[in-house]
Amino acid sequence: MLIYLAALFSGLIFGIGLILSGMINPAKVLAFLDITGRWDPSLVLVMVGAISVAFFAFRFAKRYGQTLLLFPIQLPETRALDRRLILGSLLFGLGWGIAGICPGPGLILAASGYFGAILFVVSMLLGMLIFDWLERCRFARKNLNANVDH
Amino acid sequence: MIDWQSFTPISALTGGMIIGLAIALLLIVAGRIAGISGIVGGLIELRKGDFAWRAAFVSGLLLAPWLWRGFGELPLVRIETNYGALVLAGLAVGLGTRYGSGCTSGHGVCGLSRLSLRSVVATVLFITMGMAAVYFIRYSLS
Repeated sequence: MLIYLAALFSGLIFGIGLILSGMINPAKVLAFLDITGRWDPSLVLVMVGAISVAFFAFRFAKRYGQTLLLFPIQLPETRALDRRLILGSLLFGLGWGIAGICPGPGLILAASGYFGAILFVVSMLLGMLIFDWLERCRFARKNLNANVDH
Repeated sequence: MIDWQSFTPISALTGGMIIGLAIALLLIVAGRIAGISGIVGGLIELRKGDFAWRAAFVSGLLLAPWLWRGFGELPLVRIETNYGALVLAGLAVGLGTRYGSGCTSGHGVCGLSRLSLRSVVATVLFITMGMAAVYFIRYSLS
């Protein structure tokens, strides 16, 4: 129960941080990405602020390997710098650069009723479902090939 | 050239630290990483067993602007991108974040905080690509 409460509050606090930082404003994010124009470096400070706090939480996580309630902490185990990481990040950067919206601010803007943001979020969810579907196809093909080999 | 008029160092740094607190809370109490694309992706793919905390986190995120409005106006928001481009951008963000296993929160903040090389590479790539896209749209298309 406490886990769900923590998750709810974490989401709420995260959202407050995104609103306060100015990062829910796509124009401000695009001004950061516009490096050759009138550059607004605010996003750098958002990242510095977040990392300066989260860094210590991750130090704790690595050191103890469990939460305050003694549940295991789940950290990603993948290390490979593979094609998926590179192509996926480039595709994300392309979408981010077109709209100035990434997933968190997108959800907040959509919840605030901005029609453009609702369009963005619905498309984002569709993109995630397409990913899921492609993964299933890949998995099915793999199984099929494995069966043929036997 | 730095746009000193738009630069908001104090709210950016404070907002960032609040985001860091949210990440610390989720990590230290629930044992999870606050990567928003991963949380939402897992939510819509209905993965076994861990639906509830994802739903709780996203609910909190969606409640944030409503809570904010209880105390004052939301800050000014300008969406300049047209609807067609927003759809295209949404599709790219949804597909890209799932293929690349993270977005600005998962790779850009959580990943850098835990000194993950994968996340450093991902962050450099998506920021560079974002800058290239803005340059192309603003200065090459017009």
